[in-house]
Amino acid sequence: MKRFKPFTIALFVASLVFAPLFLNTYQIDVLNSIGLYTLLALSLNLILGEAGLFNMGHAAFYAIGAYTSAILNTRYQIPILWTLPLSGLIAGLFALVVARPVVHLRGDYLLIVTIGVGEIVRIALVNDVFGLTGGANGIFSISRPKLLGFTIRQPQEFHYLIWGFVALTIFLFIRLKQSRFGRALNYLREDEVAAEGSGIDTNYYKLAVFGLGAAWAGMAGTLFAAKMTIVSPESFSFWESVMLFMIVILGGAGSIIGIVVAAFLVIGLPELFREFAGARMLVFGLVMMVMMVVRPQGLLPARSQQLSPTLLKESNR
Amino acid sequence: MNSFSANDGDRELPLLALQGLTKAFGGLTAVKDVSFTVEKGAIVGLIGPNGAGKTTVFNLITGNYQSDRGQIIFADQLLNGLRTHRIIMRGLARTFQNIRLFHQLTALENVLAGCHYRMRGGIIASMLRFPTQQHEEQAAADCAWRELEFVGLGQYGWIAAKNLSYGDQRRLEIARALATQPRLLILDEPAGGMNEQETKALIGLIGQIQERGITILLIEHDMRLVMQVCEKLVVLEYGSKIAEGSPDQVRCDSKVIEAYLGAEDEA
Repeated sequence: MKRFKPFTIALFVASLVFAPLFLNTYQIDVLNSIGLYTLLALSLNLILGEAGLFNMGHAAFYAIGAYTSAILNTRYQIPILWTLPLSGLIAGLFALVVARPVVHLRGDYLLIVTIGVGEIVRIALVNDVFGLTGGANGIFSISRPKLLGFTIRQPQEFHYLIWGFVALTIFLFIRLKQSRFGRALNYLREDEVAAEGSGIDTNYYKLAVFGLGAAWAGMAGTLFAAKMTIVSPESFSFWESVMLFMIVILGGAGSIIGIVVAAFLVIGLPELFREFAGARMLVFGLVMMVMMVVRPQGLLPARSQQLSPTLLKESNR
Repeated sequence: MNSFSANDGDRELPLLALQGLTKAFGGLTAVKDVSFTVEKGAIVGLIGPNGAGKTTVFNLITGNYQSDRGQIIFADQLLNGLRTHRIIMRGLARTFQNIRLFHQLTALENVLAGCHYRMRGGIIASMLRFPTQQHEEQAAADCAWRELEFVGLGQYGWIAAKNLSYGDQRRLEIARALATQPRLLILDEPAGGMNEQETKALIGLIGQIQERGITILLIEHDMRLVMQVCEKLVVLEYGSKIAEGSPDQVRCDSKVIEAYLGAEDEA
């Protein structure tokens, strides 16, 4: 099993790299959606999977990132990819401001508050706050992203932009997981009182992880805005938050590979079932239910050993 | 009723001093005007019947609860109002009556929690694996392995905490507390649920901890352990202190005998 895993991952990466050679434009577009959801689910995983904070309003941070990019691009003609860090920053700051007063809430209470936050943001966008968001129609004619003088237009080109960002995210998040910061999040999830009693500032880490997760969702929002060239409130509904929540739980909270697999299932399956037309969500719902009954820990639950190589060296003692 | 024990503790400065500590939950006064001191280097036992308020006193010291009245002075500094992690950073560490480990994580990761506050690496340093961050992680791992070995769990570093035996879980909790490099270690029923052999080993471990220059305050129901390791006992009943002194003094105290065996007219 251990030797099998790197091989599977290599095969998966290779098929992603060469996918545009085999798949048609529609299929690539589905793959791009899966990539965006993977990115979002990975960012939610920090909050929900690693730190155990129930957040069902993640679409709000995604929306803020997407709208930040759209507004900066259409009003100030800033190239869309340049807005990436700023979208992250603004979504992160927004998360800090909203999370500050509610983050001490426990489990289900926090869940309800975050649902509220998600809805408030969506309704604010519909109501054209500050005359910036374009109301229910949203913002359109966002310019195409340019990378090193090359304009990204085709889904095949977005494929590499999106999955490249996913790869970078996984690379950075694995490192984060294998650090003091990542461990602190796990301590929070496991037992908050014991974490505080071991000298860990639990309030700080709750806020920090909300900020970081939201910042990453904000950057995913930039990619979304660049891909669609249009952003509107309906893309950031409560359903989006639920789907992301589902991907993280289904994948096995805290497990990066599990989340990638779950993103393929949750976003990909309904596309496969398209021929069932009206019944496809029924089939999808059933699969989810069976899944949760048969395997409540998720597809590929996180193993407890998630230490950095420096620590692993010690295992030879 | 500021009864600082003037009898035998004067040679050493108190590391921890409680003065008139009071805490009520609704109508129930769980801790009532409790004062005592813990001298540097000593092993002090806090005993009393069930529900006497012992654990509440611990929770007040470590900031899990805020006291209604009274002061907690640790190494000449007031602890009242500080958040728990700040208190831990000042050099106090504790274990819990009903073991609170990070069950899904390995024993090593559990102990690393205690090293956490002495480390600096943040989000960026961790994501980019700065050399200083790597160096720090290594140092923390070394420290954690040392503490694991100290409590005799050196070979269990990679086992998930939930898979350890009950006695080992208690020792792991002690290792995690020791990893914070405390000056005062507070143990809440360390022998709870241990068999005779494990208790014997624990007594040895407590002695070794003292040899490291760490002061110990413990709650324990196992009277043999208490009488054997403690230099001083503080007895609580219904939230109030009823006796304080050496084990021999306390053993002969009429109020203590009454508290444990019940008054004659009550029976």
